[in-house]
Amino acid sequence: MNIIVCIKQVPDTSEVRIDPSTNNLVRDGVKSIINPFDMYAIEEGLRLKEKFGGKVMVLSMGPPQAEAALREAVSLGCDEAVLVSDRAFAGSDTLATSYTLSKAIEKIKDYDMIICGKQAIDGDTAQVGPGIAATLDIPQINYVRKIEEIKDGAITAERATEEGYEVVQSSLPCLLTVVKEINNPRLPSLKGKMKAKSVVIQTWNATDIAAEESRIGFKGSPTWVLNIFTPQAKHEGKIFEGEAQQAVDQLVESIKGLVH
Amino acid sequence: MIDYLLSDEQIMIRDLCRQITDEKIRPAAAEYDKSEKFPWDIVKFIGQADLFGIYIEEKYGGMGGGIFDLCLATEEFSKGCAGIALSYAATALGTYPLMLFGSEEQKQKFLPSIAKGERLCAFGLTEASAGSDAGALQTTAEKDGDHYIINGVKHFITNGGDAEIYTIIAMTDKSKGPRGASLFVIEKGTPGFSFGKKEEKMGIRASSTRELIFNNCRVPKENLLGKEGMGFIAAMKTFDMSRPGIGAQALGLAQGALDEALKYAKQRKQFDKSITSFQGIQWMLADMATQVEAARALVYASAREIDAGKKNVGSHSAMAKMYASDVAMKVAVDAVQIFGGYGYMREYPAEKYMRDAKITQIYEGTNQIQRNIIAAALIRESIR
Repeated sequence: MNIIVCIKQVPDTSEVRIDPSTNNLVRDGVKSIINPFDMYAIEEGLRLKEKFGGKVMVLSMGPPQAEAALREAVSLGCDEAVLVSDRAFAGSDTLATSYTLSKAIEKIKDYDMIICGKQAIDGDTAQVGPGIAATLDIPQINYVRKIEEIKDGAITAERATEEGYEVVQSSLPCLLTVVKEINNPRLPSLKGKMKAKSVVIQTWNATDIAAEESRIGFKGSPTWVLNIFTPQAKHEGKIFEGEAQQAVDQLVESIKGLVH
Repeated sequence: MIDYLLSDEQIMIRDLCRQITDEKIRPAAAEYDKSEKFPWDIVKFIGQADLFGIYIEEKYGGMGGGIFDLCLATEEFSKGCAGIALSYAATALGTYPLMLFGSEEQKQKFLPSIAKGERLCAFGLTEASAGSDAGALQTTAEKDGDHYIINGVKHFITNGGDAEIYTIIAMTDKSKGPRGASLFVIEKGTPGFSFGKKEEKMGIRASSTRELIFNNCRVPKENLLGKEGMGFIAAMKTFDMSRPGIGAQALGLAQGALDEALKYAKQRKQFDKSITSFQGIQWMLADMATQVEAARALVYASAREIDAGKKNVGSHSAMAKMYASDVAMKVAVDAVQIFGGYGYMREYPAEKYMRDAKITQIYEGTNQIQRNIIAAALIRESIR
């Protein structure tokens, strides 16, 4: 079973601050990590490989520095890594990114499953995974929390919903996006880290993946960001504790203060 | 920290162990200390990360590194929890006799599963009346055709009951004294081999300590490691190699205690100032940092000397073990002092370092025995 895992390198948002004068993220000195949700995608890919054989190929679109994220994925046990990188991809929104990754996947050709994290922690859109499946015209199961069975070219999986979960069956190849309930990601191994140091990361540009110029980068991105701002913080609620009568009295007193 | 010019591989080992310590060991340390449960889930992570095999030859599934690499790993784990780190380090202690004195067949049989972290190992020397006086062993191994029949009780054995593979010393000829001791490898589950109750300890409570009980335990002669009568020398050679590991455990513990003390001192305000602005605290921190760095230099130098294959390294590894463990005790006590009243409370990390530190001055040869070794070598070398 050959699996492609798509990952994104993101700033570690637990370390990111917001510049109060510009409302932009201060990225200086913040370390880059693999998007945490993608770690679950990698782990699931590795578990499927361990169960069914085959290989796990990890794929990312990003600047040359994103190679570090791919090497980390190899240290966890991924077999091969591809970086799709070109200045022409700059300014891509989720549509252009989905298209670009799809073109790279078409070039890889031989795959049974694509796994993505449910969303990236920097953009929080949750659109690229579904966008890839739509572009490739393959089935998709989103927010997967458990793979129940893979048999006879079909997968049965549980997808988390707000109310509970649904059991969905699909033919292969198909794309999954996964939530953190699905597994507990492993740590790298020493042998993996050594392999990661020497592994050759294949780098493909727009020409290599035969991408149409009009569908990549700024040109291929219909999304325009008009403004970024910090929403006003909601005031915290107040809980009146103690005996019912006492609490009600306190509540009434506090409301009185609001009425002029 | 002084730059010890680690190789790329050593930096990789250190960083990986640091990641395991930060993500897995440190968050769980207080709970294991409280429950005294064996940290199987963390042992599993360490195994998956290939770290049980770093000092084992590549042909047996290891990474082909040395004592120094093992020390780097032990130091990092011990920063988070010296008890969890001990389950790791004690496996190495039990494995050295196999590596040093095992036949090709014995190595093939045991080392690969140890390297993978599938089976833990333990070393059994100490008995009720044979601690520092290792020559006073009572456990016997009597030859019976192609077998040995082992009888006796080993005390305070780290990983006892949880390990699968035990290397132990027993007397094959009591009349010869220390020269009548021999080394055996015995697997858990062998009929006649059982365990005593789990000891309740002051510190390193995540590690398990039990008696090994041999009651007419029959093992084939293939389980003898090396030759009959080599047991005592084998034990001493094993300790010569393993002592830097205990030094590294003490070193990591000391560094961990210092890190916590510094972190706390920066937050703690008295008289409207951070307590780091007081010279009394500054000087304590300066002394602690200097002692930790000196211990590190000694542990690293001794480990590297062993890896380089130098001879007569016993007194140097004794210095490393003795000095690093004395530093660990002192630094841990000072860390509690810097934490003040909070340092005495279990809710804060300082007191655990202090409880854990004490054993490093006692086991694998008390620090008094280490001084004997150092003095004996000193005098011997001055005569030459």
